Amino acid sequence: MTEYLLRFIVGGLVVSAFAMLGDVRRPKSFAGLFGAAPSVALATLGIAVYQHGAGYAALQTHSMMAGAIALGVYSVVVCHLLVRAGLRAAPATLLSLVVWVIVAVGLLTLAGGQT
Amino acid sequence: MTPIRFSPSSLREGRWYEYLMRFALGGAATVFTGLVSSRYGVSIGGLFLALPAIFCASATLIEKHEIRRKRQAGLAGERRGKEAAALDAAGAALGAIGLLAFAIVFSLIVESSIPAAFVGASLTWLIVSVSAWYLRRKMLSVRRARTAGKTSGPAISRSR
Repeated sequence: MTEYLLRFIVGGLVVSAFAMLGDVRRPKSFAGLFGAAPSVALATLGIAVYQHGAGYAALQTHSMMAGAIALGVYSVVVCHLLVRAGLRAAPATLLSLVVWVIVAVGLLTLAGGQT
Repeated sequence: MTPIRFSPSSLREGRWYEYLMRFALGGAATVFTGLVSSRYGVSIGGLFLALPAIFCASATLIEKHEIRRKRQAGLAGERRGKEAAALDAAGAALGAIGLLAFAIVFSLIVESSIPAAFVGASLTWLIVSVSAWYLRRKMLSVRRARTAGKTSGPAISRSR
């Protein structure tokens, strides 16, 4: 329970810090870089290194590569849904999560990861 | 070329509950990643280190702020709101290249030096993301200049 409380606080703080860094940057496309900041990764990897060691964290970052490629595809799909399909931000970002899951799991399977 | 600017006034546009929501979402995403790792293994858990959970909230807030600003000026602002969210998404696509570089550098260094892995991977994310953004901007301005050149139509056609 304490571990998850710690995860919640650390994750919340790191994510908020990166989000605020993005808020104060202009132009907007530059601020968008912070939407793909390694905020959850930094918090999770910090706890992973402390609890399970460096080898465990290294394994996590191997599959994180598939997640990052999927995030790139996800962002492009969101962009198209907003501009071409005219969807609002909430449905566009939520619907595209399906694309993220398909691409991330697909890449992990192709790379021979455990699914 | 538009320079990168610091705009602290943007923080005043946010409401307290929006910051609280982002804190809660960030915390929830980190807890969720931990739960997935312990239930389904490190491989599946690692995928969620790049989960766009926070991006959903950020894009929605950007759209909301843009609409609010336009409505104060007496305009509908819905189209502008979508455009602002789309620009944010375009930036996130470039940031994802940096996130991929972060993961590669971290996995290469962490078993030799843990502090160097965190510092090196974070710096790599920043350098790769900013470089990708700058390169895209440069390419866009070159394309715009070419299009403008074609539209105005030179008096004598130039050889390329």
